[in-house]
Amino acid sequence: MPPLMKLISSRLALGAVTLLAVSALMFVGIELLPGDLAQQILGQSATPETLAAFRAELGLDQPAHLRYLDWLAAAAQGDFGTSMASQRAVADLLSTRLTNTMFLACYAAVIAVPVAILLGLLSALWRNSLFDRSVNVGALGAISMPEFFVAYLLVLFLSIRMGWFPTLARIDEASSFGDALYRSFLPALTLILVVIAHMMRMTRAAIINVLAAPYIEMARLKGVPRWRVIVLHALPNALAPIINVVALNLAYLIVGVVVVEVVFSYPGLGQLLVDAVASRDFPVVQAVGLFFAGTYITLNVLADILSILSNPRLRHAR
Amino acid sequence: MKTLKSAPPTALLGMLILAAVLVTGVFAPLLAPYGETEIVGVEYEPWSAAFPLGTDNLGRDMLSRMIYGARNTVGLALLTTGIAFTAGAALGMVAALKGGWTDQILSRVIDVLMAVPPLILALMLLAIVGPSIPNMVGVIAVIYIAPVFRLSRAAAMNVVSQDFIQAAQLRGEGTLWLLRREVLPNISSTLIAEFGLRFCFVFLFIAALSFLGIGIQPPTADWGSMVKENATLITFGDITPLIPAAAIALLTIAINFIVDWMLHRASGLKS
Amino acid sequence: MMLKTTTALAAPTRRGFLAGAAAGGMALGLGLNTRAHAAVPKKGGTLRVGYTQGSTSDSLDPATYANDFMFATSYAVFSTLVEIAPDGSAQPDLAESYEATPDARVWTFRLRDDATFSDGKTVTAVDVISSIRHHMGPDSKSGVKPLLAQIKDIRADGDNVVIFELEDGNADFPFIFNDYHLTIRQDKDGSIDPESRIGTGGYVIEAFEPGVRIELKRRDDYWKAGRAHFDKVVLLKVGDPAARMNALMTGEVDLIDRPDLKTIHLLKRNRNIKIHTQNGTLHYTMPMQVTAAPFDDVNVRLALKHAIDREAIVQKVLKGFGTVGNDHPIASSMPYYNAELEQHAYDPDKAKHYLSKSGLSSLDVTLHTADAAFNGAVDASVLFSEAAKGAGINLKVSREPDDGYWANVWLQKPFCCSYWGGRPTPDLMFSAGYAATADWNDTSWKNERFNQLLAEGRSQLDQGLRAEIYGEMQQLCQTDGGALIPAFGQYVSAMSTKVQTPERVSEMWDLDSIRFIERWWMA
Repeated sequence: MPPLMKLISSRLALGAVTLLAVSALMFVGIELLPGDLAQQILGQSATPETLAAFRAELGLDQPAHLRYLDWLAAAAQGDFGTSMASQRAVADLLSTRLTNTMFLACYAAVIAVPVAILLGLLSALWRNSLFDRSVNVGALGAISMPEFFVAYLLVLFLSIRMGWFPTLARIDEASSFGDALYRSFLPALTLILVVIAHMMRMTRAAIINVLAAPYIEMARLKGVPRWRVIVLHALPNALAPIINVVALNLAYLIVGVVVVEVVFSYPGLGQLLVDAVASRDFPVVQAVGLFFAGTYITLNVLADILSILSNPRLRHAR
Repeated sequence: MKTLKSAPPTALLGMLILAAVLVTGVFAPLLAPYGETEIVGVEYEPWSAAFPLGTDNLGRDMLSRMIYGARNTVGLALLTTGIAFTAGAALGMVAALKGGWTDQILSRVIDVLMAVPPLILALMLLAIVGPSIPNMVGVIAVIYIAPVFRLSRAAAMNVVSQDFIQAAQLRGEGTLWLLRREVLPNISSTLIAEFGLRFCFVFLFIAALSFLGIGIQPPTADWGSMVKENATLITFGDITPLIPAAAIALLTIAINFIVDWMLHRASGLKS
Repeated sequence: MMLKTTTALAAPTRRGFLAGAAAGGMALGLGLNTRAHAAVPKKGGTLRVGYTQGSTSDSLDPATYANDFMFATSYAVFSTLVEIAPDGSAQPDLAESYEATPDARVWTFRLRDDATFSDGKTVTAVDVISSIRHHMGPDSKSGVKPLLAQIKDIRADGDNVVIFELEDGNADFPFIFNDYHLTIRQDKDGSIDPESRIGTGGYVIEAFEPGVRIELKRRDDYWKAGRAHFDKVVLLKVGDPAARMNALMTGEVDLIDRPDLKTIHLLKRNRNIKIHTQNGTLHYTMPMQVTAAPFDDVNVRLALKHAIDREAIVQKVLKGFGTVGNDHPIASSMPYYNAELEQHAYDPDKAKHYLSKSGLSSLDVTLHTADAAFNGAVDASVLFSEAAKGAGINLKVSREPDDGYWANVWLQKPFCCSYWGGRPTPDLMFSAGYAATADWNDTSWKNERFNQLLAEGRSQLDQGLRAEIYGEMQQLCQTDGGALIPAFGQYVSAMSTKVQTPERVSEMWDLDSIRFIERWWMA
């Protein structure tokens, strides 16, 4: 399918440009933020003299554009530098956190995506039934509470009252896979509850949206059973928005979990990024920011490709 | 009136709740027994005739703060979601319809915006512009334009690739006409469903910002921040934080019941 | 929902008393055991601590320590020349003794000869000099640099003696060496390796993940007798207050700092948990810059000082874990505290009187605040605003982001919230934040008499004269200074009843002045 290949390659090229734009945006953002690393680290103990010394040591006395270009040149060769705050290699700083973040995201996604789509299908199939309404109310209830509150409730019932799970999701190099699954169950469950409703509601809406189409009417009149109509006729045509909302939520699971990380003291990338922004540690902000951006772009390209594949009209573009 | 009568009981219930919240918000100063920030008692007083929902951590009346909170919360959420949807949906449809460079440029800009984690983006932007309420509305609206854009563009793409649009374009219809008459009606159900959820995400977003240390300016009452202010109590089984949380949940469910009904009507399904 | 807690105020005289199930009258089971003062420390056990602070940007470089997590690590893995004893006095630590010339200008520190680094090497004068120099000089980025500026010369006299020559006499000089920055490291060709993990403390680092955790193991060959009782210590950063309390309740950690005061009365009901409070020197301030209008008028300052309800802030924000402040930074537990001063209290009429004296009928001011300034600063500001209304003062509360608060608000805005951790002596406290030349003079207050007294007191070795001098300085601060100091806070922590503390702890900073790792033990 050469047109599709062409599309993919052009998308990837665009992705690279987007990454560049994101890195520039993050850099400008950090520059615009009041205060710099020296001030943040020294905090209340900052004096003009110590600040100047610290800035010189960190290279913060260089003009901004030069610092950015230096960083860019090194990054292009795969060298993300060292954290200005801790003097550790950014790559080292990221590696464990990255694994932790991906682990938690996959954990939540593997459960949340199938469940959400299934629930969406079923509630579209039995729309306005008691099942539909209770699933909807449940889902809406779950997402209408702030994430940290859902987390607190889960901790209250599953750890403090029942004592089944730990309240701190401490995982380190020494944890076995099973151990890690157990310890990070509560953060994963929180995330599942948070993302399921959105995906489930979009699935339901998208399917109901195509149910009115003439060909569905036709299939119905021909006496095709309802579930077959939905799974075989409606679902394929409703895939594009579903794929998109799934992609959005997957990206969220990787990128947007700062609050859950804080509540469970989970050592993931979100916390690292917040710390790095707070201390204006530019190399770390850039590296984490680029990873997040890369994830998002990849998921989007995938979603677009899948949407196109699922829609014959788009497949053979004008 | 006729359409209202045909509405299912869930939708009616939803409208009733929404109306109640709106009335509460509009007439907050008349309804609230005490002022929004007035300290009227000892902190954490139990429920009583004088303070039907007790008092909060500073001795302010919880009920009065809930009532004022309705005004602030719903007002902010409506404003923010309204801006995000108007801008996001319009841009998304234009991108899908025009294609080519317009689409490319818009999509890339949105990609860049979306590729930065929203909470981080909000923290950075608010630290730069200062965390006042108008700034917060602006920042959250900008952040929410991106997903609305993507969704409406994706939905509109499906419509645009259909024959009737091509026919209309060949007829020489203008962009605005196409958007209003052909594209919007066909993607409205998707947008409405999204609106129902996004609306609620706004106060959750504000609550998350409060959690990370910036949010609504005190002593303004809003439900999301009220959950945060009292959240640690839940650990001990005290239900105080559940009151604002339940208010948010109730409103969310109400709005989505209405959305479901509109969705149902928009889809043209009879049953 | 509970009534306000009064337990903490009921016994403020006993320093470092323990509240909670044990003190609450439940003389059964566990309660009895903890009361029976297991006075003899026991070796063994693992202490797991849930700490509020700690950041991915932390490093072992002593010049960069910026939070409790690193302060505690610093004291556990390294040691200082001097430590603050429970009675508030300075005691030799790595130093064996020290003495000054009569003008307090030249100080001679003699080192212990049995102190060793974790690699077995003995601590020498060269190590001390390199370690102190790390914080001095034009290239230093250390937070204690200003404190060391008074040192004119450091020299060794043999392997065991270090001599400090100061610019001017300073009777409080040894107190400086308790600072967690000034830990002694190993000399390497005239300087130190700031990232080196080799220290003289009771513990060695087993694992360190900045912003997440540090794991420490006791050194078997520790040179200090009767210290370092835990076999292992794990410090975890748990930033969220609810998460800290949950972890303590489920037994995942044994000790947490800064429990949420809003719910501490509920935490106390748990029989396995005790609340630990220390009076300390921590205080909350609202500095007004006296160079900026309207705060340049002393009557406006006095009006504001009488328009704040201090009692309400202690009760509602600190939940009773504190005492009212009197607009000067000297705690009642510190030497030379002036008990004669009249207490400033909430008095709207007096506030109005001062306003009219400055020719104003009403006043509009903005107070910049964030919980980064101190936990509850936003609530305290809101309370202030409500109280000030009664005095015809329209005080607008502007909440600033926590992130960057110290860089963008403190020292920048004319009226904001701040705090001061303790300083062991009035001289150190006044020099840090109130001297005309201090970098952190956050009120820009330059009172001639005050600064003259400050210089006089520093080199004065006569205790009676010092008391007079510091007494007058407190009065000047109170009536003329720009700092509104509504309250002194207690340090509050919560721990499992298994964690044992000495009967008297050092109160300058939280948790036995952050030396709990080597001073406390497990039952």
